[in-house]
Amino acid sequence: MAFKSEELAKAYWRENIGLVLKLLAVWFLVSYGFGIILVDWLNEITFFGFKLGFWFAQQGSIITFVILIFIYVNRMSALDNKYEVHEH
Amino acid sequence: MDIQALTFIIVGATFALYIAIAIWARAGTTSDFYVASGGVHPVLNGMATAADWMSAASFISMAGIIAFAGYDGSVYLMGWTGGYVLLALCLAPYLRKFGKFTVPDFIGDRYYSQTARTIAVICAILISFTYIAGQMRGVGVVFSRFLEVDIATGVFIGAVIVFFYTVLGGMKGITYTQVAQYVVLAFAYLVPAVFISFYMTGHILPQTGFGATIAEGQPGAGQYLLERLDGLSEQLGLTAYTEGARSKIDVFAITFALMVGTAGLPHVIVRFFTVPKVSDARLSAGWALVFISVVYLTAPSIAGFAKVNLINTVNGPDLQGVPYEEAPSWVTNWEKTGLIEWEDKNNDGRMFYSGDERNEMTVDRDIMVLANPEIADLPAWVVALVAAGGVAAALSTSAGLLLVISASVSHDLLKRTLTPNITDRQELMWARISAALAVAISTYFGINPPGFVAQVVAFAFGLAAASFFPAIIMGIFYKRMNNLGAIAGMVVGISFTLAYIIYFKFVNPAANTPDNWWFGISPEGIGTLGMIFNFIAAYTVHKLTGDAPQATQDLVESIRYPKGAGVATHH
Repeated sequence: MAFKSEELAKAYWRENIGLVLKLLAVWFLVSYGFGIILVDWLNEITFFGFKLGFWFAQQGSIITFVILIFIYVNRMSALDNKYEVHEH
Repeated sequence: MDIQALTFIIVGATFALYIAIAIWARAGTTSDFYVASGGVHPVLNGMATAADWMSAASFISMAGIIAFAGYDGSVYLMGWTGGYVLLALCLAPYLRKFGKFTVPDFIGDRYYSQTARTIAVICAILISFTYIAGQMRGVGVVFSRFLEVDIATGVFIGAVIVFFYTVLGGMKGITYTQVAQYVVLAFAYLVPAVFISFYMTGHILPQTGFGATIAEGQPGAGQYLLERLDGLSEQLGLTAYTEGARSKIDVFAITFALMVGTAGLPHVIVRFFTVPKVSDARLSAGWALVFISVVYLTAPSIAGFAKVNLINTVNGPDLQGVPYEEAPSWVTNWEKTGLIEWEDKNNDGRMFYSGDERNEMTVDRDIMVLANPEIADLPAWVVALVAAGGVAAALSTSAGLLLVISASVSHDLLKRTLTPNITDRQELMWARISAALAVAISTYFGINPPGFVAQVVAFAFGLAAASFFPAIIMGIFYKRMNNLGAIAGMVVGISFTLAYIIYFKFVNPAANTPDNWWFGISPEGIGTLGMIFNFIAAYTVHKLTGDAPQATQDLVESIRYPKGAGVATHH
């Protein structure tokens, strides 16, 4: 057991799951939300030559995905250090 | 110098580069092939993963499909990038901590079952076969155009080259070759896009160019490009470019199947086993997506430009049709491959493209990216460069997949399961036989494709979504899931998905319309439903048969934190 106690192991996993769920909520919102479900509604808004929903489906969602992974990488290494389960 | 000679030179030069790098890198890494790749920086590993990942479907087919499908093409853009979020957050770090090399190994060990392992192997073979059939088509498209032969001959030549490329072997695993392939591929994709964007809108960045106004001197100058495209589509009886024709549920289902499938593809997951640390597995997924995005954010702009250009050159600025004698050379060149056809229905000697009965042009979607530089009248070296990029994308991925198939048959299936007593020589022989067989079958499907490259590849993702993804997710996040549950889930998921695809694509293609689809979900998106069935079957059987043993549950606990991750071991 890498953790000092059972409670710490549970707490680490809970924080991990919490983080993942929050990031996945954003993941779902930009792609399935803005890009698909709400696309017609967002298409009423245009900036430059793009309809907003169309832009999210073909550009915005992809950019957000990249940012999400890097947030995850940073938060997880902080979490690993906090619970002292990081690699040497 | 003409395009064909330049193509030979540039494609040949890139081939020489890959082989040189392979030889150079091999010399330094004799001791242990797999561990050696552990010394690679996560940025380079990400780049190599991106090259491995982006196949003929991404490079050749995707922008063409988007050009014709407009908004509906977004399923590929979101689907093939969003999966990396799932991979980074839910799979890669845990599978890396688990420390095995293949997906069937994880399934077999996590579910303490030889049967589960065998089923996983069968799923892996089915998925890889479907995937490679799409690649072979892509290789064929490239060769048919630049050797000026018909598509069947092109596929055949491509198949022979892929086979020898694979038999050379080893090359695939060498990360530095793939780094070089990524550079060629991305460069070849971006150069024409930048040229065309600047020419049509005055924007250097294609990503902003396709949302900009059309430059002076072009038909529709001053109008927003996408607005003009919507307007043209309407006049020609096509669906508005930014709106799309597929139902919402189908778009949702296809996107989901592609995302989840990405996270379940054996040859993608394998990439994250070979990094040295769990934290590197997370980081590698991030960098891979950065490099993939470079191409994926450019694809929709290429699509938009290509569509406008196609309409301009075929229908003319006044939409009256261009006389066939004045057709640009790319039309006549691609006619030789049989991938563009013109039928003068109204006998006026003019070509016309539209979405209704006036249409006289049959344009294969898979040619758009390759033809794009010619359509936009770019210099011959750009055209040749794109060919080299297409070949790099298709060959690297096909060779990798062939290795997965032959290893699955000879090692996982025969040696580990059916006939454990065969000698190394026999094992090697079976590996070669299965590689040859795989090439033969995929050549057949390359010549008689059940869809465009990106669509065929989409089926592979559906199969992965319906089989591996739930088994792996439950294996990590639901520690009580037992062997029988996982087996039931995989069998139900893949059988259902495969049956649905085969029925609508081969048995009864005439019935392949939204009215007959379950819940309005097309065969491309059915993996989403297959995945749900997988979860339901697994959970039900698990509830009836009890929890996984304590030892397995402890094992699952131990993969949930990074500390103590060893170097991945092979079998």
